[in-house]
Amino acid sequence: MKTYFDNGASTKIDSKIVEAMNPYFFEKYGNPSSIHSFGRDAKKALEESRKVIANSINARSEEIIFTSGGTESNNLALKGIAFANKTGHIITTKIEHDCVLESCKWLETQGFEITYLKKAITNETILVSILHGNNEIGTIQDLEALGDICKKHNVLFHTDACQSFTKTDLDVKKFNLDLVTLNAHKIHGPKGVGALYIKKGTKIIPWQHGGGHEFNIRSGTENVAGIVGFREAVKLSKNEHIVYMTKLRDKLIKEILKIPYVHLNGPKNNKRLCNNANFSFRMIEGESITGMLDLDGIAASTGSACSSKSLEPSHVLMAIGLTREEAHGSLRLTVSRFTTEKEVDNVIKKLPRIVKRLRSISPLGGSECIPRK
Amino acid sequence: MYSKKVIEMFKNPKFAGEIKNADAIGEVGNVKCGDIMKVFLKIKDEKIVDIKFKTYGCIAAIAASNAMCKLAKGKPLEEAAKITSKDIVKELGGELPLVKVHCSVLGMQALQKAIEDYRKKA
Repeated sequence: MKTYFDNGASTKIDSKIVEAMNPYFFEKYGNPSSIHSFGRDAKKALEESRKVIANSINARSEEIIFTSGGTESNNLALKGIAFANKTGHIITTKIEHDCVLESCKWLETQGFEITYLKKAITNETILVSILHGNNEIGTIQDLEALGDICKKHNVLFHTDACQSFTKTDLDVKKFNLDLVTLNAHKIHGPKGVGALYIKKGTKIIPWQHGGGHEFNIRSGTENVAGIVGFREAVKLSKNEHIVYMTKLRDKLIKEILKIPYVHLNGPKNNKRLCNNANFSFRMIEGESITGMLDLDGIAASTGSACSSKSLEPSHVLMAIGLTREEAHGSLRLTVSRFTTEKEVDNVIKKLPRIVKRLRSISPLGGSECIPRK
Repeated sequence: MYSKKVIEMFKNPKFAGEIKNADAIGEVGNVKCGDIMKVFLKIKDEKIVDIKFKTYGCIAAIAASNAMCKLAKGKPLEEAAKITSKDIVKELGGELPLVKVHCSVLGMQALQKAIEDYRKKA
């Protein structure tokens, strides 16, 4: 049995979504900018999709800019706002996704000042960018409180909601958000499509120049079929999925914490994304754990240095104060609405033996060597 | 990312374990860098008659430890000391991802340290 516990990385596309996308490959394949019937059909789908996505976060249609995904939306938000202000100060955290951190690092080379959430807002601050739901440890930030602070200081507020979208409450008015990054493939939609919500009246500089598509903010022919898939993904998301995923998550956490020398990374209960569980196992390394799981057909991920190209442990795990050993021994299991209870039981059954086995061949572990099977 | 041979050795590392009353032990690496390799040798007439390892680390580190043991078993100490990281990579089917080559170096160093340990005792 092959089981998938890496839904934080990407998800299985819902077959209903593929069905909804299909006509836009084979029948209504026109360019939405064309004025003939093919173009009009595509345009109609585009605008309907924009409306659905806008409604889902309590925004207006004209505030949604379709992009190629989360990375592009985050780049556009940060660089577009920075350059619209020409100069200024930006606040973010140390637990953002790489596409936010790398954009910030680059903006520093362009003369902008970046603070990684140590001191308060200054007179020069133009933007605060804070991840809604953390992709590694599942922490959900209190956007309402942060939004209040930004509003009080008249500072723009951006959030990357790629992991949290449809998994927890997201309301641009309630949270006083000016910019929100969204994407489709984390919610059972297709890859290569995302959106950026930009509050009406927000000054932003386009980052991709061309024919003036997407309200002159993001040029390039829209990925109509992908956008229709994105729309369907939003339409198909339900509150009961959150309840279901929470149940699976809590079972994983409860059972896996029974293994000796393991701890949960990130918060518990409703401060945590409903689909995320992240553990640190002492005395063993995460890539070996995911490697052993893979041999049993279970796909998972780790924040260990050994699995990164840079050989550096996860910046998120280090930022929350884990030791290098704890970060090396991390394992992330992320469920989706397609994950079955049987699959959860399977990982709960297999994991203790894998951990025991790896500890038995670790110089930091016990002395008795346990075979794999 | 990994070759079949690497996965095979990770899946079933025949030399994983410990030798009680080992004649020599070599340990390299540390928890911070993410790999620790410990090698146990049983030596008779200047020859490695038995060898085991314990490794804290990734798939490549475990596979490289096992490959090193396979190469060293039965060899005279003088010959075993000459085993290079390249020999270990060769034993692993000839390829390791670039960022994992240090695992084969660690394997070589662990063995050399164990042999050094034996020489010191003698």
